[in-house]
Amino acid sequence: MEKRVTFDNRLLPYLLLAPQLLVTIVFFFWPAGQALYQSLLLPDPFGLGARFVWFSNFEYLFNDRYYLQAFVTTAVFTFFVTLVSMTVALFFAVLADQVIKGAGVYKTLLIWPYAVAPAVAGVMWLFMFQPSIGVLAFYMKALGVNWNPVLDSTQAMTLVIAAAAWKQISYNFLFFLAGLQAIPKSLIEAAAIDGAGRWHRFRTIIFPLLSPTTFFLLVVNIVYAFFETFGVIHTMTAGGPGRSTTILVYKVFSDGFVGQDLGSSAAQSVILMVVVGLLTIIQFRFIERRVHY
Amino acid sequence: MATISIKNITKSYGKTEVIHGVSLDVADGEFIVIVGPSGCGKSTLLRMVAGLERITGGTIEIGGRVVNDLEPRERDIAMVFQNYALYPHMSVFDNMAYGLKIANKSKDEIRERVGKAARMLQLEPYLERKPRALSGGQRQRVAMGRALVRDPAVFLFDEPLSNLDAKLRVQMRLEIKEMQRSVETTALYVTHDQVEAMTLADRLVVMNGGVAEQIDTPMAVYDRPATRFVAGFIGSPAMNIMKGAASGREFTLEGGTTLPLGEAALSGEGRPVLFGVRPEHLRLVPDSEASIRLKVRAIETLGADTLAHGRFDGAGAEGGEFIARLPGKTKLAEGDLLPLAMDPGSIHLFDAESGKRI
Repeated sequence: MEKRVTFDNRLLPYLLLAPQLLVTIVFFFWPAGQALYQSLLLPDPFGLGARFVWFSNFEYLFNDRYYLQAFVTTAVFTFFVTLVSMTVALFFAVLADQVIKGAGVYKTLLIWPYAVAPAVAGVMWLFMFQPSIGVLAFYMKALGVNWNPVLDSTQAMTLVIAAAAWKQISYNFLFFLAGLQAIPKSLIEAAAIDGAGRWHRFRTIIFPLLSPTTFFLLVVNIVYAFFETFGVIHTMTAGGPGRSTTILVYKVFSDGFVGQDLGSSAAQSVILMVVVGLLTIIQFRFIERRVHY
Repeated sequence: MATISIKNITKSYGKTEVIHGVSLDVADGEFIVIVGPSGCGKSTLLRMVAGLERITGGTIEIGGRVVNDLEPRERDIAMVFQNYALYPHMSVFDNMAYGLKIANKSKDEIRERVGKAARMLQLEPYLERKPRALSGGQRQRVAMGRALVRDPAVFLFDEPLSNLDAKLRVQMRLEIKEMQRSVETTALYVTHDQVEAMTLADRLVVMNGGVAEQIDTPMAVYDRPATRFVAGFIGSPAMNIMKGAASGREFTLEGGTTLPLGEAALSGEGRPVLFGVRPEHLRLVPDSEASIRLKVRAIETLGADTLAHGRFDGAGAEGGEFIARLPGKTKLAEGDLLPLAMDPGSIHLFDAESGKRI
């Protein structure tokens, strides 16, 4: 039977919903609406007035070589952040799953980085790898590596990817570990008796059974790399050198608040909103169905 | 097909020893059932044979080869788990073919062997299904099929029927027995269900507290239980066991009642012993022939039999609980005083201290 809550007071249910709705309206619908409206405006250089220009901001963006380049940069950045953070996390989770003594301590230590804010993580990595003051940069130079992420765009990209991935490893680790522990031990034992070695067991039993977790994390990590890595980029490279680490989110900021082109910035936000929407739809479609078994 | 030889096996977790030296020789093609209450070490013993648990002391040989340090896959065994342990992301066919694929068998051979097992277990219509689309009994058959196709030297069963309902359990029990008979593969079977144990086993291993209390054929275990524990564990309802003292041809219960011992007579005076008689070895007799009188407290009618629960007349304040299994048509009422006699030769005596059969 369906369970229904009934209220004597007609107003009470609305009152109970109000805080949640209010927060959503004030912090999401209102700014989103503003962004949508702004993306159709072209403000004058002094911010005193604006002209309604329909979709010309978007037209302009899609003809902008730098904007398309930011798409490519974001794709590269997201691909490697997701790949590195998920692979390393899975590796750690598989190891942690086998630890018996001191498992609690080990897990706690691995989860810590998640509590570090992106900007702080960025600064930390910068301190280690900044070419003139970084501790590790010093040793790298001593080993003969020509390390200079301030000038070399590939090195700069590697650095922000490493920092952004590092921060996400904890989160992925946690989910992978939970996923691994949910696999019945007897399945692994059955496979061992069936003659499968360690690697074969992982490839044919464990990894397929982890696939719902893996897929969930894939979506979460893509969203993370797309939208939550602003702090890392801003503190470490500020999008440089030469726009080589300017991802879409960073471009929204730099075009809008540094370049003062609020119309274009708003149009970029709208495009990003569409991307989030698509990712969410994909996520719900697949996760709800739990594709594999 | 192979023999198994277990020699003085022990298992410890840290400082706690859970299996205290079990030895067992299994002949080729024999069906051995290891039975005991939960926590007695029976599953651990089986898992050591499988190679899933490290062996602390002693040796295990399969087919004359010491397997102590071999990986499970090197032992030529197949195991059926209590929760079936089917690979949920694979079809029934792939579940059964998994081991064969690893062994690099040709596609034709895999298809032939899986097909043969599927026919034998009536799984042919389900080969393309995933395990979650099968009933409990079907899943159990797939688990058996997976063991069967590999044609191993030894089958290991770890409580394979515990997750099934009562009716299916009886049916699957027969199927397991028939399957094992037809392929003649040596089998070790762990269960806590004594009916399963009695019906399946060529020989029984009754375990308790990490020790094999008795290893013998089911009938021998029933007729001549080696210890007090075995006497109480095998047989349903359990054997009536009473404390007392034996002197010559007589047994004096706590509370003063004396019973004749008949053939089971002991030498010596007043030796403290446990006296056991199975509920089914009691007969209702005319009052003059009675050796014991049962004060009925509760009656259970099972159809074929009627169980009379109560205490025997003359029992002390404590103990003296007694069950008699009488023919189903016996008219009984609560509060009756039943005159009972014991079948000759049905008396079991155990040493009061060691619990060993006398």
